[in-house]
Amino acid sequence: MSRKKRRLWILLLCGLGLGTATALTLTAFEDSLVFFFSPSDLAARSIPPDRPFRVGGLVEVGSITRSTNAEGRMETAFVVTDGARSLRVTYTGILPDLFREGQGVVAEGRLRPDGSFAASSVLARHDETYMPPEVADALRRAGHWQAGQPPPPPALWNTLAAPATN
Amino acid sequence: MIPELGHFALVLALLLAAAQAATTLAGAQLGERRGALLIAAGPPTAIGGAAFVGLSFGCLMWSYAVSDFSVANVVRNSHSLKPMLYKLTGTWGNHEGSMVLWILILGLCSAAVAGFGTNLPATLRARVLGVLGLVSVGFLLFTILTSNPFERVWPIPEDGTDLNPLLQDPGLAFHPPFLYLGYVGTAVAFAFACAALIEGRVDAAWGRWVRPWTLAAWCALTLGIALGSWWAYYELGWGGFWFWDPVENASLMPWLLATALLHSAIVVEKREALKVWTILLAILTFSLSLLGTFLVRSGVLNSVHAFANDPDRGVFILILLALTVGGSLTLFAWRAPAMVPQGVFAPLSREGALVLNNLLLATLCAVVFVGTLYPLFADLILGAKITVGPPFFNATTFPLFIPLMVAMAVGPLLPWKRADLWAALARLRLAFAVVAVFAVVYIAAVDRALLPLAGFAVALWVVLAAATDLADRIKLGAVPLGDSWRRLRGLPRGAIGGIIAHAAVGICVAGIAGKGIAPERITLLKPGETTTIAAYTIRFEGTSPVTGPNWTGTEGRLVVIRDGREIGALAPQRRFYPVARMSTTEAAIRTSGVADLYGVIGESTEDGATVVRLHFNPLAPWIWVGAVLMALGGVVSLSDRRLRVGVPARRRAAVPVAAE
Repeated sequence: MSRKKRRLWILLLCGLGLGTATALTLTAFEDSLVFFFSPSDLAARSIPPDRPFRVGGLVEVGSITRSTNAEGRMETAFVVTDGARSLRVTYTGILPDLFREGQGVVAEGRLRPDGSFAASSVLARHDETYMPPEVADALRRAGHWQAGQPPPPPALWNTLAAPATN
Repeated sequence: MIPELGHFALVLALLLAAAQAATTLAGAQLGERRGALLIAAGPPTAIGGAAFVGLSFGCLMWSYAVSDFSVANVVRNSHSLKPMLYKLTGTWGNHEGSMVLWILILGLCSAAVAGFGTNLPATLRARVLGVLGLVSVGFLLFTILTSNPFERVWPIPEDGTDLNPLLQDPGLAFHPPFLYLGYVGTAVAFAFACAALIEGRVDAAWGRWVRPWTLAAWCALTLGIALGSWWAYYELGWGGFWFWDPVENASLMPWLLATALLHSAIVVEKREALKVWTILLAILTFSLSLLGTFLVRSGVLNSVHAFANDPDRGVFILILLALTVGGSLTLFAWRAPAMVPQGVFAPLSREGALVLNNLLLATLCAVVFVGTLYPLFADLILGAKITVGPPFFNATTFPLFIPLMVAMAVGPLLPWKRADLWAALARLRLAFAVVAVFAVVYIAAVDRALLPLAGFAVALWVVLAAATDLADRIKLGAVPLGDSWRRLRGLPRGAIGGIIAHAAVGICVAGIAGKGIAPERITLLKPGETTTIAAYTIRFEGTSPVTGPNWTGTEGRLVVIRDGREIGALAPQRRFYPVARMSTTEAAIRTSGVADLYGVIGESTEDGATVVRLHFNPLAPWIWVGAVLMALGGVVSLSDRRLRVGVPARRRAAVPVAAE
């Protein structure tokens, strides 16, 4: 086999590999990208109920309730807020160690027909001083957290009004 | 005083690294004769540099051991009540300390090249040391300027704020050193690649020097990743072992490319082909290792591992990354066309199979790369917050992984240069028949989900093919057993290592596929209530308080019942670390070697019921057994005579070594 022919073979294989990779990536992107929305974003736009997405904010103080649902599993409900809008979230399963009121939290799941959010997973971070960047961003956009400052104390932000400026 | 000594040693190491890079590169440029004096300065500076970094690291460890709370780094990451083991491992359980560890390992690698590389051509060794010196300079500057571990605080606090409790764990204590050993090992392959580009020469001998380094780095990386995922499995308490988290991917990408490099270096060594590609792979592998460091240390990607977020550091590492990748790729574009390929081979041959291996591994790496970095680009360019989660990675990697596994079984059976595929497949007919029978029985008796079945089938296929390879090589059954035994002992270690590592991949994949059929149960139990999982009945007997040296917590007691008999108990814990104000989950795992019973307790409600999560994970331990065996295969292969240091100089090997 001549060198030229071999090179052709290798190029062909590389092209095939690259093509497969691109095709795989694009098809997977189509249906597995998960977008992040803050409660304010959700109020501003409509999202098809079958599309999974992430929502994040702070867990509202005094909003956590636990109950046993129809299938006998423990269900936790809580309200996630960015200070301007809030969203009721339900979750079945073991919550992360750092999940608590006032904590920044990101939940992944789908919207229910009644407008509440059924989370399939809840992520709270490993470090209690750590704020998920999306949540920090959502709080900033709602005018409740200026960059470089610590997050507002949880006891306050139920009553916080969005500042007039910003 | 000790911390200042450490700081001073670090600065001295920087100066030595700069001297090492300058003298060796200049000396090599002058030539073996005229630059002899400069070249001779390389090894002592490398060894001296490593000694000073070692001293610095020792000083930092000392500060941790005696809990010197005048050092800011110790205050932030240690506590006087912490067990001694975690005080010591806390040295690298934080950003600054881990950078010193990184540099220490790099220094030790340079010293090893300096000390053991006496049979390398003088200019090549000088250039390798020069490139390693440059890398050291970059990282030392980074550490000294942006993350000085010896910074003092005033007033001296009474006690520290404790190490992140999740890191206070034996699995994680040794995860970073192995991972770094792997990352840094790729730096040596990178240095060899750059040196070869400057020299303008790559031959079989070069392949033989690069391979042990890559192999060692690959073994360490394999163990590091395995330790990390094992830790995630038993410590994070969600029952999985791999989350496709950006930081996990950051370690997986160099691993995939290092695996490719390992195999393409064989082609360079045996057949003097694929030289340019191998050099490019070496550069890319190290670039991805740097990228991994960047992703972990800058916190640009949203990840459960986000420990250190400091934009200055991110920018610094980004510049370092741009210089290294940009510089080496420019060098590559400039010099690579000078490399003339020599070995000619047919597409259907051992070389061809290795090309396919490289192609699939590189493609795998590329999709993981896209998935990992796309959210970053989407945020920067489109302004959209996007997560690319496990569904994406599962959908893109499995279709590439399965052909890789199928081909990986056949590749080692093909001869070099030109092969007959049918002859190789004919040797595998028994393996194929067994896999086919297994698939039919599995569908009929166990489960019909396609993906786990495919996983088990390719795993079996790979193990059987490795066994076939071994049996053929020792002519098992064809000659008397004693002869086979003698043949086995005569086999090159490289071949045995390869067979072990390939079979280990199969074992590991079987474990991963097992997770695909693992049942899971989350339920709310009151003391005395029972639930079932797989063939087991689990009785919850309530929780009781427990205390440790620096934590308090509750421990649940779950009695495991099978066929009406109590066969054991699970004692999962939830711990609270008051100093760090964090709680952690300790999963209880009861393993039989072929399956894990995995229990976690969650919070309790007012009426005394506790959330209990149970998993039954068939074959789960095999994931890590497989990974350890893979690394073991690598070590066996490393002990091959051919690669052993001090083999009588075959360095002028102009003729390719005969194929096995």
